[in-house]
Amino acid sequence: MKALLKTAFVLLSFLAVISCKNNTPNETNDAKVDSPSENATTESQGQAFLKDDEATPNVLDIAIGSPDHTTLVAAVQAASLENALVNTGPLMVFAPTNEAFNKLPEGTVENLLKPENKDQLAFILKHHVTPGKYDKEFLKKFKTLGQASNENVIVEVKDEDVFIGGAKIIASVPAGNGIVHVVDAVILPNN
Amino acid sequence: MKKIIHLITAFAFLGMLISCGNNSQNIKKKQGALGSNAAEKVYVAPGEYDEYYAFISGGFSGQLSVYGLPSGRLFKVIPVFSQDAEKAWGYNEETKPMLNTSHGFVPWDDAHHPDISQTNGVVDGRWVFINGNNTPRIAKIDLTTFETTEIIEIPNSAGNHSSSFVTENTEYVVAGTRFSVPIPQRDMPIKEYKGNFKGSLSFISVDPEDGGMDLKFQIMMPGFDYDLAHPGRGASHGWFFFSTYNTEEASTLMEVNASQNDKDFIAAVNWKKAEEYIKAGKGKMMPAKYAHNVYNEKTHTATSTMKDEVLMLDASELPGLVYLLPTPKSPHGCDVDPSGEYIVGNGKLSANLTIHSFTKMLAAIEAKKFDGEAYGIPILKFEDVLAGVVDQAGLGPLHTEFDGKGNAYTTFFISSEVVKWKLGTWEVVDRQPCYYSVGHLMIPGGNSREPFGDYVLAMNKITKDRYLPTGPEVTQSAQLYDISGDKMELLLDFPTIGEPHYAAGIRADIVMKNSKKIYKLEENEHPFAVKTEADTKVVRDGNVVHVYMTMIRSHFAPDNIEGIKVGDKVYFHVTNLEQDYDVPHGISMIGANTSELLIMPGQTETFLWEPKQVGVWPFYCTDFCSALHQEMQGYVRVSPASSTLPLSWSLGED
Repeated sequence: MKALLKTAFVLLSFLAVISCKNNTPNETNDAKVDSPSENATTESQGQAFLKDDEATPNVLDIAIGSPDHTTLVAAVQAASLENALVNTGPLMVFAPTNEAFNKLPEGTVENLLKPENKDQLAFILKHHVTPGKYDKEFLKKFKTLGQASNENVIVEVKDEDVFIGGAKIIASVPAGNGIVHVVDAVILPNN
Repeated sequence: MKKIIHLITAFAFLGMLISCGNNSQNIKKKQGALGSNAAEKVYVAPGEYDEYYAFISGGFSGQLSVYGLPSGRLFKVIPVFSQDAEKAWGYNEETKPMLNTSHGFVPWDDAHHPDISQTNGVVDGRWVFINGNNTPRIAKIDLTTFETTEIIEIPNSAGNHSSSFVTENTEYVVAGTRFSVPIPQRDMPIKEYKGNFKGSLSFISVDPEDGGMDLKFQIMMPGFDYDLAHPGRGASHGWFFFSTYNTEEASTLMEVNASQNDKDFIAAVNWKKAEEYIKAGKGKMMPAKYAHNVYNEKTHTATSTMKDEVLMLDASELPGLVYLLPTPKSPHGCDVDPSGEYIVGNGKLSANLTIHSFTKMLAAIEAKKFDGEAYGIPILKFEDVLAGVVDQAGLGPLHTEFDGKGNAYTTFFISSEVVKWKLGTWEVVDRQPCYYSVGHLMIPGGNSREPFGDYVLAMNKITKDRYLPTGPEVTQSAQLYDISGDKMELLLDFPTIGEPHYAAGIRADIVMKNSKKIYKLEENEHPFAVKTEADTKVVRDGNVVHVYMTMIRSHFAPDNIEGIKVGDKVYFHVTNLEQDYDVPHGISMIGANTSELLIMPGQTETFLWEPKQVGVWPFYCTDFCSALHQEMQGYVRVSPASSTLPLSWSLGED
């Protein structure tokens, strides 16, 4: 009986969370639902916060679901870019791993995550996004890609490897609204 | 006890559930209707009128919808390019010719960009024009009757997208082809696109008196894609600006191949120069096949005429006709500010907006500062014509409108927002999210020298969780923002028909005073009209039977008909004798392979019935017209094909 009640309790809490489109982070935490997507930002509104368990996961879902991309996800949230990543797209996201972020000079990430550097962070993140959806093989046809930062990145092919702005594609995950290419380095814009 | 605690907990969560709408964030930020009096701002009390008409494109429905703003109430769906059984558009004999094309009867199109006629650069509310994208056509809707009264097909065009925008005295409605094609059409390899396919820009004159359209001339252009367009105004009146993409002239995998050039062009077309060239005999007549369909309000009947030639000017051969303004990243929207000085190009793969200066463009042309040419058309230097850049304003800019107070409003598809920025300083001053994936936006009077500037309407492609779900297909939407203050304020969102590609808005008082209430019976020149019940009759001509019928509250004349045979083609020509406002009647016949008729007072319409079975078959009024509407019915006796029963008809005879 006790177990049953507890189950009901947890279910109710879950319902309370998913039925609130505008719920605040505090409420989320109070409800103790362990879902990273609910560890939201200050402005948790828009398509990114719409729950949908039927459709193919979008590029944001994929990043959130990956244990290797917690830094990237934290950065996306700090820059309030969630809604741009769940758009109908198509979007191609080059997703640096946590290890890739660790390769940056010490303090870089911490500095970028500060609220006063939000614009700079957003610019760097947009430099990792291309409007389009191409698999690794197809990317070999390109010499450059035009990024959402408004800058171009160079595409290089070395043997079987494809490098985007110097970052090597080490895995690829197709998404509902595009594709996520996991890369081993942060792609830094010229500006 | 434990149970009680659990119950309390459960109730607490239930409380959380039902209080979601008022969560702390909403209260703090004063979001939502109650917090900001948004409800009051869009509330139009029962019996009161809206301030604006909004003519919203029906997109793939092929139609044009008429809404009121600020309420978002839908008043009418005007059938334009698609058959509409409700209004018998394209089903009755009178309007079938309206959907005729060089490809035959085409009962659907993809309606795109409505624009309202102008006088002296100000919207005058006489007509709305809208383009059919798929089988290129331009339609004219008369705003006295709110009916489509003319449709002209555009030859040498494919994907009639950069249409249908009017010049500031409605001298022309302009239409540019999205897809370049062989001109004239011929059997050739697709791979030989480059240099061989051509684009065309069409200038359709509009008669200032009766609105009659005529395809005056076309300009032959390089084989780019022509995406959107807007006219010059004020100082730039006489010019027309078209955004282009695929200047690479690719014919396959466009998403890659049409995005190779860092810059495409805005083509600046000097149409006054075109008129000079035509006067000087520089145009060439070339064969073309296109339909011109006109609805006559007196005969209540449309006619379709097939035209066979068009006057062509070649931009490659005629200096000064066209100049190319380099514009970054496949520009989509091409919008001109109310002064006519600034031409905004929105590179849809860019984060920035590019604004060209008309004055600088003229100076560069004057100084002959060209940066090469494309097929003989001079390319100006980007830096020489650039007025400014709105830097990193959002992701995926599409379209821009203006409030007439020095501000511009641009939609961003990928970042799903409307961004307000200042002309001249190019600084972003406000941004508001759209729910979701906004395409066009509209400020009433936007494409004119004097926008009204109270509201902006953003039109969204995706609504997901915004409304009660209706299965996989959910509505698209429009969102209304108050722009009278420094910051935009979202007031309302409402569903639209089809996909709302652009809209045109105008102050209601300009239009409503001209709205017709009835068609005068004495002016009805329909060849099968009858104006009194005494004149009603049924006439046989071989197996074709014409029924001259009238309708008035609450009967048809005649309402009993005998002598019809299986295999006959029976035309019911029905005249509504009413001369009161808002008393239409409808009619439909059992088994008729067509729609009902919905006939306005004083109007005549015709439907065809081909009886296939012997029997006595009823017809009835389909519009609840009066207290005795249910009595408004009749019978037709159908005899075998071999029958010799003579025709007879009657009303009220025993």
